[in-house]
Amino acid sequence: MSTIFGIPPQALFGQLLLGLINGSFYALLSLGLAVIFGMLNVINFAHGALYMLGAFVAWLLLTMAGVGYWWALLLAPLVVGAFGVILEKTLLSRLYKLDHLYGLLLTFGLALIVEGIFRHFYGVSGQPYPIPDLLRGGQNLGFMFLPNYRGWVVVASLIVCLATWYAIERTKLGAYLRAATENPVLVQAFGINVPVMITATYGFGVALAGLAGVLAAPIYQVSPLMGSNLIIVVFAVVVIGGMGSILGAVLTGYGLGLLEGLTKVFYPEASNIVVFVIMAVVLLIKPAGLFGRER
Amino acid sequence: MIARLLAGAALAALAVGSAQAQQGKVSGDVVKIGVLNDRSGLYADLGGEGSAVAVRMAVEEVGGKILGKPIEVVAADHQNKPDIGSNITREWIDRDGVDVIVDVPNSGVALAVQEVTREKKKIFLMEGPATSRLTGDACSPTGFHWAYDTRALAVGTGQAIVKEGGKKWFFLTADYAFGHQLEADTAAEVKKAGGSVVGAVRAPLNTADFSSFLLQAQSSGAQVIGLANAGGDTITSIKQASEFGLTQSGQQKLAGLLIFLSDVHALGLQVAQDLVLTTGFYWDMDDEKRAWSEKFKAKTGKMPTMVQAGSYSAVKHYLKAIEAAGTDDGPTVAAKMKEMPVNDMFAKNGKILPNGRMVHDMYLARVKKPSESKGPWDYYEIIRTIPGDEAFATLADSGCKLPG
Repeated sequence: MSTIFGIPPQALFGQLLLGLINGSFYALLSLGLAVIFGMLNVINFAHGALYMLGAFVAWLLLTMAGVGYWWALLLAPLVVGAFGVILEKTLLSRLYKLDHLYGLLLTFGLALIVEGIFRHFYGVSGQPYPIPDLLRGGQNLGFMFLPNYRGWVVVASLIVCLATWYAIERTKLGAYLRAATENPVLVQAFGINVPVMITATYGFGVALAGLAGVLAAPIYQVSPLMGSNLIIVVFAVVVIGGMGSILGAVLTGYGLGLLEGLTKVFYPEASNIVVFVIMAVVLLIKPAGLFGRER
Repeated sequence: MIARLLAGAALAALAVGSAQAQQGKVSGDVVKIGVLNDRSGLYADLGGEGSAVAVRMAVEEVGGKILGKPIEVVAADHQNKPDIGSNITREWIDRDGVDVIVDVPNSGVALAVQEVTREKKKIFLMEGPATSRLTGDACSPTGFHWAYDTRALAVGTGQAIVKEGGKKWFFLTADYAFGHQLEADTAAEVKKAGGSVVGAVRAPLNTADFSSFLLQAQSSGAQVIGLANAGGDTITSIKQASEFGLTQSGQQKLAGLLIFLSDVHALGLQVAQDLVLTTGFYWDMDDEKRAWSEKFKAKTGKMPTMVQAGSYSAVKHYLKAIEAAGTDDGPTVAAKMKEMPVNDMFAKNGKILPNGRMVHDMYLARVKKPSESKGPWDYYEIIRTIPGDEAFATLADSGCKLPG
């Protein structure tokens, strides 16, 4: 059998597909971050904690109330979104006049608090969350065994990413949002309630994180650390893609997932730093990110 | 004249000597025990606060006092970073007067701490770390390795699986000191038993997604995939192996080389069932262990892991040795500890080799099926007792070179 760089092509396809699956999570999370940064100019460090919160809400719904996966897919993002709205109204909204750094510090502190609370009550080993019956088992694709659930994750995240991009770039509401980012005073003068729009945007952004958490629950342990394990990579994704660029965040998310998958084949030891190496290179060559604009 | 002078000098020397002995009794008038481990990361559940609780239980049993002086327990988080671990150890010893360091999971951190305690001549009681190097080339006269080590795990699980016919191995290894040693020790046992190693992949510590590595293992043609990792990494890899159908096909089987009770609890029996593992302690083996473990559970809500039970045992033995030696001076207590047999709920007739290895029986266990388990924490069936002399290396084989 022929090989590509010493690796059988079948193994390579398998790894690329896995990279795509991981990329789905990067894309969903970095999308939320990019939306929030684009509209609010806040670097939301609490994103990982909210992703973890989404997974825990799903787990609590299942164990405490017997509410299954599909309802959790709807309810958990709503709960997390509502939590985000409260955060924005009570805390974040006070910081818009100040430097970016304050928003970053506040959300970082919030992330530590939320994680600490869950760690106190649930430990770090995590809780098991079963794969929903409908998506159990898997397909033998010839070159690899694809669990049905992972296939579903790719499809679901693609749909959500595309829908979000469409809503922001192609609808009237999205146009208001983008206008409000450029010049909030002028938009307000046209009779549009900008503060409410900003709150809703933050709620939506973190709801995306909550959704990613529910999607991740059956794959990973539902653990208080799951957010902090992922969030640094996701920030690197956003930096590479360009802060505030929605399409950039999504494409970079999938792209880096693929690249990480390849690294795991050729040099596994480097798989957890390859994203940061790329970030450093991109920052040197194109400081605004691959898809970003200089402001 | 000269005779008088000599006699005077001798007398003076005697006086100085006895004054030193008086002073050396209990340094700082308090015996301070420092529990140093991962309190927030992927190893927090197998040791963590639970180890500190176990140590406090040992202290309470002797009434909180030794040689008339109070015993104090402090705890800190080394965050799995060797530099942080050795800094805390230095601070504790130099500034706070800590007499003994306990637990320190993560072999990388333990190797760093061992350097400090060797230099400062302080006792180091290791329950969390696994690497057999701690009583091998990195041994210390005041270091004690208590609950298990990579060699015991390799002998237990490695041999058992080869005997069952699992001859071709592939390793999924945590990429640091512990994983490398566990892989090396197990590979040696596998080859000794007539098996072979077809490959290995090194995954970074605390990996979230193992599917890529598992896929490589799957296509390697090996019969057994040896998981040379621990804690959160083991949990994730077992869970994802089940998701990717590695074991369902019946062609490949997972060998968790280091599995703690807390891991099985987190995985759930549905996923963990039938795993074969080696452990130094299981709560449900005899009345003494059950009684102690129930007490532990009342305080923490969880049954103890072998690391936590081992922390209790080691500190108990350490305190007995202080009592017997009449001092808390590191090298003196270490010598005393090695003289006395270890007899408590954790170990029966345990003995300590000159390199600090506490030799006790290990157990080969199988994780029960959900239908066999009577409830939470009823997880293991003990299938074989591995005599201590078989599980652990002899002093000659360990590679430890101690001065004198």
